[in-house]
Amino acid sequence: MEPSGSTGHHDGVKVLLRNPRRELEVAGPLRVHALLERLDLNRESVLVIIGGTLVPGDGLLHDHDEVEIRPVISGGSG
Amino acid sequence: MKCRVCRGEAVIDIRRHNANFCAPHFLHHCEEQVAKTISEFEMVEPDDRVLVAVSGGKDSLALWDLLLRLGYAADGLYLGLGIEGYSEESGEHARVFARQRDATLVEVDLPADYGYDIPSGAKAAKRVPCSACGLSKRHLFDHAAQQGGYDVVATGHNLDDEAAVLFGNVLRWNTDYLARQRPVLPARGGFPRKVKPLVRLGEREMAAYCVLRGIDYQVEECPMAAGNRHLGYKDALNAIEVQSPGTKHAFYFGFLERIAPSLDTGADDEKDGLTPCIRCGAPASAEICSFCRLVDLATRDTR
Repeated sequence: MEPSGSTGHHDGVKVLLRNPRRELEVAGPLRVHALLERLDLNRESVLVIIGGTLVPGDGLLHDHDEVEIRPVISGGSG
Repeated sequence: MKCRVCRGEAVIDIRRHNANFCAPHFLHHCEEQVAKTISEFEMVEPDDRVLVAVSGGKDSLALWDLLLRLGYAADGLYLGLGIEGYSEESGEHARVFARQRDATLVEVDLPADYGYDIPSGAKAAKRVPCSACGLSKRHLFDHAAQQGGYDVVATGHNLDDEAAVLFGNVLRWNTDYLARQRPVLPARGGFPRKVKPLVRLGEREMAAYCVLRGIDYQVEECPMAAGNRHLGYKDALNAIEVQSPGTKHAFYFGFLERIAPSLDTGADDEKDGLTPCIRCGAPASAEICSFCRLVDLATRDTR
């Protein structure tokens, strides 16, 4: 898995991560569970979103999909 | 993955319920959970006027949406904290939400109305930012509720928040704080009733609710909170939850059922000993309340 280049071409699954914002590209097809495992992310701590809707853990991600992995943990305690 | 209710394609799994839901049935599930919580803990009466503490984040906007959908008279209160690169955007999320629903948003701005912001105020008062922020919020929510004639202040604390606070208080045996950690604090001694209708719903569910309802919220983390102890507790609990789903729920609701009832007396006695602050009239344990002392320190160099 390599950070996406600056050419703008996306042959694999384009993955947007937040906090801090960064982009990766991974080869599809792969399941959401597998992607989270590869990124070492706890499934309790994120949502996976494509085009404004949620993709469940067994959802299959394909090349050219644009996927947002959104953290759901916020730090306010008051 | 199939929806537990209709067997259609599910979009979210909730492992602690061993259930998957499609979008419409997940949204319905959230409404049911909030209605059940309000009823079980007698949080809000049908005629009550509710003031929702709105930050522009997922929890408070989801809560406001859910209360409106359940038919409650709920207005929002947004507190501008003066945190550069964060407060402006979060305030805009709250304003857009209110406009789209023709709902009432009350706004208080710390720099404009009180002469300080959270970063510099915390520094001047030698508090960590989250402490200065929490103190300011609690005071100003109470004050706004009293001024506006609201019966109850509702906050967006979810199951993850409550479990993390409980975890921290247990680790350090902060028994005073444990005694006050309830989903409802009755109106008492000049404080309005405080309720947390989201305690049955996890943080991931609240974010999912916003995504599926199309609620645009502040996703970026508050820069002041980064790396705080509370986030560490959440990480630790989630590491356990992923191995043993339902642990956070069992921890928090077990506390409410088995431990909280025995902690009653200390909390009540403490509240009864409060007297009005000589500056602002808010219930205080000293002559001048903590908020007025914070404002004094935070604005000392500008007066």
